[in-house]
Amino acid sequence: MSRVLLKNVFLIFFWSINFSFADDKQVIKIVYISQELKLPSALSNLDPFIQHKGLTGAELAIKENNITGEFTGQKYEIKKVLVPISADIVELYQQQVGKDVVFVVTNLPATQLKKLVKLGSSKGKLFFDATTVDDALRNEQCLDNVFHLLPSRAMRADALAQYMMKKRWSKWFLVTGPSQADRDYASAIKRAAGRFGIKIIVDKQWTHTYDARRTAQSDVPVFTQEDEYDVLVVADERGLFGEYFDYRTWMPRPVIGTQGLVATSWHRTHEQWGAVQIQNRFKEQAGRWMEEEDYGAYLAVRSLGEASVRTKSNKMQIIKDYFLGNEFALQGYKGKPLSFRAWNGQLRQPVLLAAAKSLVSVAPIEGFLHPKSELDTLGFDQSESSCNNASIKNNTILPIEIKDEKSENELDRLIKQAKDKIKQFIDNLK
Amino acid sequence: MKKQVFSLGLKAVIVLGLTTLAFTLRAETVFVTLEKDNALAIVDPVKGALIKTINIGQRPRGIAISPDYKHLYVATSDDNTVKIIDAETYKEIGQLPSGDDPETFALNSAGDRLYVSNEDDNLVTVIDIINKKDIAHIKVGVEPEGIAVSSNNQWIISASETTNMIHWIDVKTNKITENTLVDPRPRAASFTADDAQLWVTSEIAGTLMILDVKSKQIIKKIRLDIPGVTADKIQPVGVVIDKEKKWGYVAIGSANRVAVINAQTFEIEKFLLVGQRVWNLAFSPDQKRLYTTNGQSNDISIIDLESHKVVKSIGVGRFPWGLVSKP
Repeated sequence: MSRVLLKNVFLIFFWSINFSFADDKQVIKIVYISQELKLPSALSNLDPFIQHKGLTGAELAIKENNITGEFTGQKYEIKKVLVPISADIVELYQQQVGKDVVFVVTNLPATQLKKLVKLGSSKGKLFFDATTVDDALRNEQCLDNVFHLLPSRAMRADALAQYMMKKRWSKWFLVTGPSQADRDYASAIKRAAGRFGIKIIVDKQWTHTYDARRTAQSDVPVFTQEDEYDVLVVADERGLFGEYFDYRTWMPRPVIGTQGLVATSWHRTHEQWGAVQIQNRFKEQAGRWMEEEDYGAYLAVRSLGEASVRTKSNKMQIIKDYFLGNEFALQGYKGKPLSFRAWNGQLRQPVLLAAAKSLVSVAPIEGFLHPKSELDTLGFDQSESSCNNASIKNNTILPIEIKDEKSENELDRLIKQAKDKIKQFIDNLK
Repeated sequence: MKKQVFSLGLKAVIVLGLTTLAFTLRAETVFVTLEKDNALAIVDPVKGALIKTINIGQRPRGIAISPDYKHLYVATSDDNTVKIIDAETYKEIGQLPSGDDPETFALNSAGDRLYVSNEDDNLVTVIDIINKKDIAHIKVGVEPEGIAVSSNNQWIISASETTNMIHWIDVKTNKITENTLVDPRPRAASFTADDAQLWVTSEIAGTLMILDVKSKQIIKKIRLDIPGVTADKIQPVGVVIDKEKKWGYVAIGSANRVAVINAQTFEIEKFLLVGQRVWNLAFSPDQKRLYTTNGQSNDISIIDLESHKVVKSIGVGRFPWGLVSKP
């Protein structure tokens, strides 16, 4: 029997099951929301423009959740809210996302995400941030009831730094682009350098043009004529000039960062630990490779699938508690169980270090140790995070129920007091 | 050729006799699939040496041997087939229609049915070995991998890695009758010889679960924590239980160890250090030895089951995946 025919037979088979059991199933409703972005024009025509990055990942996960749901009596429904570039996201969100939906997967920049989470109508909803990498969102600006699926910039920078330490390439030349995102990436790189004992020998801003003919051939060699260094680290998140450095630097040096050797949560070169299976499934569905945004949205929906199957629940608080407990372990095709950091909602995960056509390494690199999980050698560990998310914290550290704002403030005060005392104690020891 | 093997075997016996290892005089052969070398390694475990390596097809993984030890079945995943190999001459004598990308499969005790996991299509394919025909396709959860048939020929179980379930398939009807939710990414499963229990490993939770076959419930969950090894390295894969139900053994992947578990009390007796990323396990026919494939260090380890000690490791080739032995 041919494979296609076989598949169709099963599709029909499945529909009929769906239909007959539809009534007594527990329904888990999810909203996927994204807004069109203004993107800079591409450097070249090598990579085709990809539409619906993220959405396709969510759709694959819904399909998989529903196969499991066939056996558990659960049904996953996704409503897509795709906001046009000129539309007001808050307005559309309030129109489209009703009270009946408590799980929201976002493919939005930090500013938009913050707007939605802070709305009164978002109270009681759980957000899955499938795409941001902002460190601030995991620290001083962290939000209530938001889980972050992709590794933060700090996690990426730490991954690169660990591998560079293994190679003993510990003198870096940092080039930072003009955008805020580039500066944030560069800050993460500097933090990683400080943590792992790497020296940033040169720290320069890119002020030249983005024109391949001029920039690549003449500007780059002059720009990189500096003191001795081991690797050139480029911070160019939008991909406007970073690709010009390889093979054009004054000295023969490898390029890492946002171009060259990149730190990422997903890459087409990744095929270990069952990854080849999901790469194939995704390609079959989408007709293209899986991108990071797809992986983030996939994990968002899959983590909800995992928690709802284990708890047999579609209730926000029960799912959230399960995420923050010790039992939650998500399979993410990276050889280690993924889980959420209770202090800031960040998904713990290995970070891939990939060149264009070769997976170079996977961080955490062997030898970087941690008392709890080696995955926590990447990014902001519990003691380093300034996330003041009391509702997340109190789930794990302090078993106190907080019922009103007053006692929440009181708790903050107590935490601060405790922190000060610890600091004082340590200072005295010194 | 045979003569030569025999004389080598004899020499080995003398050598091993001197080292006081309690191996029997009987000759034995171990077959190991080499995923990256597209080959089958043939090992003499008594002598402790690799005898030869034969090319077998693209990306060989799952392997089984017929109850009469005459035929080997090898899943050559990238050829999308299960090959039948003569266990004496090592010649290919046929192919079975396994469906796409076969990885793991199980052979029933009568040796006439092969059950194959088709990971990409979420199917279990049932193959009639005598007629070399696929006779049923059973829809299961996402990414089926571990598969086993009870020796009383009542149950086929399929473990789906992403759905996190054990599907209980009735052999007579080829239909799922029950499902058991297990810990994340169940990898391998084995029935005890009396078919009363099913042992299942979870790669992500780092656990071994003992399921009661009658009730289909988990009756015991064992966390395979190893002192000094972080939890995320505890990735159990292959699991086997001896015929007397005295000991069970679990390969713990990246922790490079095999757990020895008392099958009566479910206590962990000890951990044996073997090669890197230990994957699958197989007993010698007399169950005096246990063999392990070590995917990353490219060798197999031999564990003496009287003393529960690793007595030898033998380099076999790149990415050893599965193994079987015959007398």
